[in-house]
Amino acid sequence: MSTPLSGPGSATQAPGRGPGGSRPPRSRATRDHAPITLTGVAGKVLLLGLTAGIAVWAAFPLIDGEKWAGLALLAATTAALFYLYLTRRHIPAKYLVPGTLFLIAFQVFPVLYTASTAFTNFGDGHRGGKDEAIVAIQTSSVTQVPGSAEYALSIATKGDPATGPLVFLVTDPTTGTVSAGDTGGLRQLDAADVTVAPGGKVTAADGYTVLNFGQASARSKEITDLVVPTAGGALRSSGLSRAYEGKAVRAYEAGCDCVRDTETGQTWTADEELGAFVAADGERLAQGWKVNVGLSNFTRVLTDKNISGPFLGTLIWNIAFAVASTGGTFLLGMLIALVLHSPRMRGTHLYRVLLVLPYAMPSFAMLLAWRDMFNADFGLINNLLGLDVDWFGQPWTARFAVILVQLWLGYPYMFLVATGALQAIPRELTEATSVDGASPWQSFRAVTLPLLLVALSPLLISSFAYNFNNFNAIYLTTEGAPFPADNPTNGATDLLITYTYRLAFGGQGAQFGFAAAISLFIFAIVAVVSAVSFRRTRKQEEVYS
Amino acid sequence: MTTLTGAARTGDAAGPPAVNRNVAGRRRNRWFAQVGWRHLVAVLGVLFSLFPIVFVLSAALNPLGTLSTTELVPTDGVSLGNFGGLFERTAFGRWFLNSLLIAGVASFASVFLSALAAYAFSRMRFRGRRVGLLALLLIQMFPQFLAIVAIYLIFGTITDLWPAIGFNTPWGLLLLYMGGALGVNTWLMKGFFDTLPRELDESATMDGASHAQVFFRIMLPLVAPILAVTGLLAFIGTINEFLMANVFLTSSDSKTLAVGMYGLLQGNERNNNFGIFAAGTLLTAIPTVLVFQLLQRYIVSGLTAGAVKG
Repeated sequence: MSTPLSGPGSATQAPGRGPGGSRPPRSRATRDHAPITLTGVAGKVLLLGLTAGIAVWAAFPLIDGEKWAGLALLAATTAALFYLYLTRRHIPAKYLVPGTLFLIAFQVFPVLYTASTAFTNFGDGHRGGKDEAIVAIQTSSVTQVPGSAEYALSIATKGDPATGPLVFLVTDPTTGTVSAGDTGGLRQLDAADVTVAPGGKVTAADGYTVLNFGQASARSKEITDLVVPTAGGALRSSGLSRAYEGKAVRAYEAGCDCVRDTETGQTWTADEELGAFVAADGERLAQGWKVNVGLSNFTRVLTDKNISGPFLGTLIWNIAFAVASTGGTFLLGMLIALVLHSPRMRGTHLYRVLLVLPYAMPSFAMLLAWRDMFNADFGLINNLLGLDVDWFGQPWTARFAVILVQLWLGYPYMFLVATGALQAIPRELTEATSVDGASPWQSFRAVTLPLLLVALSPLLISSFAYNFNNFNAIYLTTEGAPFPADNPTNGATDLLITYTYRLAFGGQGAQFGFAAAISLFIFAIVAVVSAVSFRRTRKQEEVYS
Repeated sequence: MTTLTGAARTGDAAGPPAVNRNVAGRRRNRWFAQVGWRHLVAVLGVLFSLFPIVFVLSAALNPLGTLSTTELVPTDGVSLGNFGGLFERTAFGRWFLNSLLIAGVASFASVFLSALAAYAFSRMRFRGRRVGLLALLLIQMFPQFLAIVAIYLIFGTITDLWPAIGFNTPWGLLLLYMGGALGVNTWLMKGFFDTLPRELDESATMDGASHAQVFFRIMLPLVAPILAVTGLLAFIGTINEFLMANVFLTSSDSKTLAVGMYGLLQGNERNNNFGIFAAGTLLTAIPTVLVFQLLQRYIVSGLTAGAVKG
């Protein structure tokens, strides 16, 4: 982990010695003479001990799960950490590694993972591999056919009755043999180990806890979903005390690489590009598998009419929202800062305390409060103004409302920073313009505003970037509403980020691949805007020295 | 209009005593042109700032506790019943503690981690320094929550392997927040360290101090006030974080304030729960508003210093 930060041979310099880069000849000797303090050693032992403890704790589940790659990564990271903090070399890395570890694990890696997901069809119905999809299709098509064998059923588990994995204990009515079945299949139990009640129901079995009726009915959904594959089909429950061996109506045939319905004769052929079984008429089976779909998630945004139209609208509104929020808060904040910035003005401290209250209030709660102030039936806004407007019901009133809320939340911040910037402008400058006969407006335009903009433009850029992805502002107020009647996934006030969130986690079924593609679009837009604006300000360059 | 006369009276008291009625009238006009209109605008601004807060206050004190009966000023009497209801009917205390724990640890740890990195970037010269700084600049352009889909999938695996740091635990969310720490604060902190004179740590090194002693004994105490403000802003930011917390925390006991109080206003209970929601808002606001007003001056300087951060 430390290599990208400091290659071998680098970082051998004591802090603060000499001008940039050149290595003082005797730095090695200096370091060797650096004192070894008791607190230093104690801290080091404590932290490294903690690291070792965490590593051991984390290793056991990896061993259980046989995740050898993960285990190797863990061991390598731990070893590298020990090396880094026990050696006297690589001093900068000692300071950089702790934060970098978190950065790599929880920011860089997720971003890369997003990028790779964007090229797949990962989502509901496309989660696992093809084999898993085939098993899912076959078992879900198991139905009771005339002549299906019926068994007496008991529900049991090897673990806790409330949470342990379920096992079916079934008794064959003709032979009387008892078998235990789970998703792995059916295996016969020794007759000596089980107690069978008259009627065939198993009441006790060695190694199993038989669930009573109450425990079983609490988990009835899991029981219904449990399918035990057998030679001729699969075993499913019918109620809590009967099971039947049904036949899989749909079966996979390797010859044609297709799924055939044995009752209707219909076939669905595997389509490796879509990751689904598709019938001749285009009908798809719900269970598909995850495949690489190339750029189709990206081209879908541009070519699919149902997506591209609303997407363009969302993009334009997104930019407009960010510009209006940033510009509006800046103008209002600057106006009030200018108004209070006068030597003859009294009570500015009190005004300031009251004006910045919105900034200090918890914003998530105030967004929710604003949402209810715009409530059409009994909201404060309609009551006070005597209106009867369904604010979030029409596109333009909803857009106006969310921008107004952003104005309220954001202008105290702009007021604070504009006040700070105004105080930094020497009064002589404006006094000089008034001596030269300039009107207050002229002096503002020619002197104050340019100086303010120089000081605040980096803040305006970051405010724009923040508002461009201001998830809370939309999700906690309109939730993207109003939605057009024919498109429940993309509303009039949706930002790209709330749209992405709905694609991935909304009620319409998860489309992780497509959502990741939209995330990359947002990445690209934010990066371009930031790159252009940083190039313009060039402020960052000074800080490198 | 009442506000105007109120403001005018303040101005009169401040101005020199009028000699006669005529002069007084002219003075009053001039006073309004120079100062009075400023008070007018400021009062309008204060009204805009305050009215939603007054509404929340009124809703919290409303004995009926519903949205439909809440007015801007409480008319049906005042009661503290909503505060009691908040603790009886919801796990508000638990949410509050969760939020304090997560935001407290996350802001402290992230400030500390980025101070460590900033010290290296500010005071040491090593290969990859410039690349590292540029990489951080790039990374901070990509907000962590844009990768929320990937984070959700990754933590699905983590929950299977280590349930103790998976979904529905504060620790998982905490780890996630720390991932964003370096990108957000390092540039800001490096700016602070750069303002400290190099002679300080050079002389300490001459006196035989190790790099760790220079950092902990000399640099950290000098930037402590600004670190506190940065930490406070990070704290408030974390308290308000909703997107990732909402994906992470679904069980009632593990929720943070943002997720829990959002849930209060979902579904059929939205109208009835508004009173206790407002009470919760006020309780959440009290600590932040107090600290904010106390540290206001430092916050302004912290914000403008952060201007470089972008």
